Amino acid sequence: MESFFRLFPEQASTIAARVDGLYTFLLGVAVFFSGLIFLLILYFAIKYRRRPGHTRAQQVGTHNLLEAAWILIPLAIAMVVFVWGARLYAMVMLSPPADALEVYAIGKQWMWKFQHPGGQREIDTLHVPVGYPVKMTMTSQDAIHSFYVPAFRIKMDVVPGRYTTIWFEASKPGVYHLFCAEYCGTNHSRMLGQVIALPPTQYQEWLRSNREVEPMAAAGARLFQQMGCAMCHDAASLAPTLVGVFGSPVTLATGDTVLADEGYMRESILDPRAKLVAGYAPIMPTFQGQLSEEELTQLVAYIKSLAPKPAGGG
Amino acid sequence: MESTAVTQHAHYLNVRYGLRSWLLTTDHKRIALLYLVSITFFFFVGGVAATLMRLELMTPQGDLVQSETYNRLFTMHGIIMIFFFLIPSIPAVLGNFLVPLMIGARDLAFPRINLLSWYVFDLGGVFTLVALIAGGVDTGWTFYTPYSTVYSNGYVVLTVVGAFITGFSSILTALNFVVTIHTMRAPGLTWFRLPLFLWSLYATSIIIILGTPVLAISLVLVGVERIFHVGIFDPTLGGDPVLFQHLFWFYSHPAVYIMVLPSMGVVSELITCFARKRPFGYTFIAFSSIAIAVLGFFVWGHHMFVSSQSVYASMVFSFLSMLVAIPSAVKVFNWTATLYKGAIAYDAPLLYALGFIGLFTMGGLTGIFLAALAVDVHVTDTYFVVAHFHYIMVGGTVMAYLGGIHYWWPKISGRLYPEGWAKFAALLVFVGFNLTFFPQYVLGYLGMPRRYHTYPDEFQVLNVMSSAGASILALGYVIPLVYLLWSLRYSPLAGPNPWGATGLEWQTPSPPPTDNFAVTPVVTQPPYAYDTQEEEAPVG
Repeated sequence: MESFFRLFPEQASTIAARVDGLYTFLLGVAVFFSGLIFLLILYFAIKYRRRPGHTRAQQVGTHNLLEAAWILIPLAIAMVVFVWGARLYAMVMLSPPADALEVYAIGKQWMWKFQHPGGQREIDTLHVPVGYPVKMTMTSQDAIHSFYVPAFRIKMDVVPGRYTTIWFEASKPGVYHLFCAEYCGTNHSRMLGQVIALPPTQYQEWLRSNREVEPMAAAGARLFQQMGCAMCHDAASLAPTLVGVFGSPVTLATGDTVLADEGYMRESILDPRAKLVAGYAPIMPTFQGQLSEEELTQLVAYIKSLAPKPAGGG
Repeated sequence: MESTAVTQHAHYLNVRYGLRSWLLTTDHKRIALLYLVSITFFFFVGGVAATLMRLELMTPQGDLVQSETYNRLFTMHGIIMIFFFLIPSIPAVLGNFLVPLMIGARDLAFPRINLLSWYVFDLGGVFTLVALIAGGVDTGWTFYTPYSTVYSNGYVVLTVVGAFITGFSSILTALNFVVTIHTMRAPGLTWFRLPLFLWSLYATSIIIILGTPVLAISLVLVGVERIFHVGIFDPTLGGDPVLFQHLFWFYSHPAVYIMVLPSMGVVSELITCFARKRPFGYTFIAFSSIAIAVLGFFVWGHHMFVSSQSVYASMVFSFLSMLVAIPSAVKVFNWTATLYKGAIAYDAPLLYALGFIGLFTMGGLTGIFLAALAVDVHVTDTYFVVAHFHYIMVGGTVMAYLGGIHYWWPKISGRLYPEGWAKFAALLVFVGFNLTFFPQYVLGYLGMPRRYHTYPDEFQVLNVMSSAGASILALGYVIPLVYLLWSLRYSPLAGPNPWGATGLEWQTPSPPPTDNFAVTPVVTQPPYAYDTQEEEAPVG
């Protein structure tokens, strides 16, 4: 295979080439400075070697200008790298495009479970369309895992007890490695998967071929009734209404404001008193231990679907 | 002849014999040798684990050991090499031996505490070895929660207790150094006349004293959660798993500087001596040690860019990590400039020092890659990180440690080491090291995660290269062990100052008498006064 001697993994996402650009710049900096040091040492080593006729060193005073130069020049380069790296990082980590497709992921020893909003479930394989941003909302059922797709240059820890998110846009059809990058126990190195990036039409076909499943929001709506959430939240006097709450700021009893994102939804289901909405009594019971991580994501998907301005995709 | 005079003088080695005289000694030089024996033992235990790992990784499948075993191997390799070899290496062996000698003192400020620290160290080692023999532990040296507190089925508590106890031995040593350097310097030995090795040890001691208690607390919390199920890190008990990472790296990032600062000090001594030069920019080198010690405490979050830590916190940590790179760069430039117009002799210690500069430079520059946020997202937790920290901690610290051992061996043992073999071993270590770890940079950027027992086929070629290099590296480490032991009996006597070096430690016989100096020396000159030396340097 030609891949045996490559230095870069495949570039299969919109940011891969940008990350490689910064990496290449850094390689240039590294080669320049290590080359400079190496050549200087080699030159001095030969020129000033101790030999008959050259047994005494010639002492040289401190040179403040030189010191300033080799403090300030590396500092300037480091600042360029900092800004460059931080801008790309913000692009990957901060808010994904509003029209991103949503995929929910649950890591557990030692497998990946995915569910698409349409209800399609996958294990260790994730189908995504090329040319559309995909937002992953992820949590773990046990130890910390990490969702890593080298061809996309993205990685995000999958942490129990909270949601972490990352987004990417595949730019090239293909099958790519999915690795667990955070050590998670015995079969850590076998917690592998694959991301299959399909052209949009084939992706639609794949979704259709898996259509006989209950969409996540529908499953969430069912749970919303079953668990008795609707009794209070639909009445809107005992509990705040959830229509349109996702993505909006919520004023808490403490006077603080939080953004109602996936993590806030999850926390409010499991620990309702942690961030109580202003104007409501702390009467909601905890659902800790009564809902699986999968059911929680379905409830979250349902609450998100109640937004007046529905997010695209699916 | 000088040699007969040397054989007749009473020194710390021949003043008393017998096991008891060693186990109850309060002589800093003997305690240094006790440490030397202990950490050499641990180095080879950790090395056996590394050897088995590299053998396993020759093929993509798991065929030599089970995954459980492999995970225990890399955990033990990390714990032993970091807590029981790298952290004590230069401070506890060379530092213990040299701090009093370099400042013209008879011993450290607290000789009995010094002995205690060795016993504490070994006690921690016993706990860790018992855990290893009982079946090991599989958390990685980082003990990440909630894996370590809930899901791991290894001997976590025993290991954590071992690391906890050992932490106190470094605290005791560090306290001893700080007090000694403050209060026991010879007349005329002002702060800016101190050898740079002592500046670096002083900075290291400050980090140890401030950082190690935080590690101890974190490890206690791991034990408490694992045994009593108190919710600290486990989210199902209301804890926060990422909190552990903050606590752990608050110590363990500065710990990198605990490992590398002393080696920078050693390199400053070696280069000045073999180039016959005053260091270029003495104050810049000295203060860069302090800058590293201070800044090093504010960069721990760069281990956590993909941990779900706040994006803005990550940016601050990235910025500060860029800053901490600068003092290290300053040192490299100053060492290089020190060679300028020198009279350079290529004895083995200098070869190690030059090897250090090369490997440390590459390790440091790749540190910038890891501090650059978007690149770190891709390479964190891959072999790129493994290569990076081995360049710093093995390419850097171990090279300098070996260079220092060779340089001060005549002082420690009274005898020269065989120069030809030593040069050969230094070359072997340098070549073997690069063959082992350079391919790992490439593997990491290609996406191979660390701590993988099995891996996809396309990574095999680079893994085989790495394993092949490791066999050369291993040979490079065994050879010095053999000839240094041999030299104790068969090498020529060294005399007090075989290198024609300037430090106070060279003004007393080799090996030094128990009280170090017959008369307390008075210092009238700046350090590294090679220009005022009367005799000409030997042509090497």
